[in-house]
Amino acid sequence: MRQRKTAVFALTIGGALTALLPLSGAQAQSLRDVSAAPAGASACLGCHGARDTSLPALSPLSAADIETAMEQFRSGAREATLMTRIAKGFTPEESKAIAAWLSVAK
Amino acid sequence: MNLSQPSRRMVLASAAATAAVTFASPALAQGAARVVVIGGGYAGATCARFLQREGLEVTLIEPSASYISCPFSNAVIAGLRDMAQQSFTYEAIERQGVRIARQAAIRIDRAARNVTLADGSVLAYDRLVLAPGIDMRFDALPGYDMAASERLPHAWKAGPQTLLLRAQLEAMEDGGTVIISAPANPFRCPPGPYERASLIAHYLKTKKPRSKLLILDTKDAFSKQGLFTAAWKELYGDMVEWVGLSGGGKVVEVKADEKIFVTEFGEHRADVGNVIPPQRAGRIAIESGIADQTGWCPIDPVTFEARAQAGIHVIGDAAIAGGMPKSAFAANAQAKACAQAVALMLRGAQAPEPKLINTCYSLVAPDYGISVAGVYAPAKGLLTDIAGAGGVSPANASRAVRAAEARFADGWYKTITSEVFG
Repeated sequence: MRQRKTAVFALTIGGALTALLPLSGAQAQSLRDVSAAPAGASACLGCHGARDTSLPALSPLSAADIETAMEQFRSGAREATLMTRIAKGFTPEESKAIAAWLSVAK
Repeated sequence: MNLSQPSRRMVLASAAATAAVTFASPALAQGAARVVVIGGGYAGATCARFLQREGLEVTLIEPSASYISCPFSNAVIAGLRDMAQQSFTYEAIERQGVRIARQAAIRIDRAARNVTLADGSVLAYDRLVLAPGIDMRFDALPGYDMAASERLPHAWKAGPQTLLLRAQLEAMEDGGTVIISAPANPFRCPPGPYERASLIAHYLKTKKPRSKLLILDTKDAFSKQGLFTAAWKELYGDMVEWVGLSGGGKVVEVKADEKIFVTEFGEHRADVGNVIPPQRAGRIAIESGIADQTGWCPIDPVTFEARAQAGIHVIGDAAIAGGMPKSAFAANAQAKACAQAVALMLRGAQAPEPKLINTCYSLVAPDYGISVAGVYAPAKGLLTDIAGAGGVSPANASRAVRAAEARFADGWYKTITSEVFG
């Protein structure tokens, strides 16, 4: 525990001053580690951030929810204005990895 | 760390002084590696933020105190939106820990790995990300130079030009003719000229219904063409006329004083004229030899590293990104994939094969949106469309679907600007 606190403090003096403040939606995104992002995952955040807009945020969804939605968009079982076109660009394995990464930060 | 003080590894010295100092050869020796990002648009600002989150020491070089967003600026021209909704500051990015150098980048020394700023100071880097966007080519269309753009605005970088075109439309008498000239590919925002035509037609129909809008095009095909053409007829009747290359639409000269557009077949006089000229990568990419003879920058599709120079990465509109269009969405997606590649390469690891997404919404009317999407992966040295994915909105969609896409366009804008600047 003590070590963990030290790590947070180190991060703070390293310049990320907002780390001590309550995380807003947009800041919560930053906890996802982009260097570990599976192929295609970081691009999703261009539309699906944590912020509440006319586009659904992914934060409330589990990895399984996201994976299932991608599968249904791909097969046509679920309708969408645009996601049906995007989902066809990803395999089930890629979608699973993307879903896991996107669901990390809540 | 006190952010008001330059850190140890930040080399801020005069160019002359630096040349004599050993810092000219940067080392990865101790502490965080230094990444310099040139350009604070959708590409550069995104990349700087994601690089900083990887624990790197990031400096973003951007002379402007605020960024004026091009997406949705067509709605400003048509009087549907306020310029304030287009403006973003760099405060949140700076607060996050990205250092901002509020100056123009003047020169890149590729051998010494540093960038000289307008005040003569020099920033050394371990890796450099170039995101300089576009410059208008004021040497490409006879009669169209910077002075002519005050009379025939391009409005292809949002800002004073956007407001100038809006003011000209507002001052035009009912019954006037608006002419837009569109360039050959590639250029920033492929559906942009046609969205602009749509929203200007919406303005004319509402305020000046006897007016006409003529699009003179250097191409025979354009982005979302079927959807735009059908919607123009449905919403604006005969008000909008598009003339493509084979119909004599290529503008070969403009006479700014008289607002005359000269084509190979004749002359058209405008009451309000909008020239969208040919473009090229931002100046620094040209002058540093990172762009090729086309005026754009060839890149490796996995790392975004310039073909011309290892250690320099290019993202956004300035890059030759294969099948990806020059859009804000593409710039943002490329920036994140590039940040990932740069972070891993600085740790001695290999960048993974990325997949990229693009989505571009266009408004044909305030409640009528259409979209194009694509998914891309490296193939044969370029970012290439994945077959079977992507494409445009269905031709036979209901007005409810068009209205939903207009709402989603708004949602996209709020989300992406929050990620980039919020």
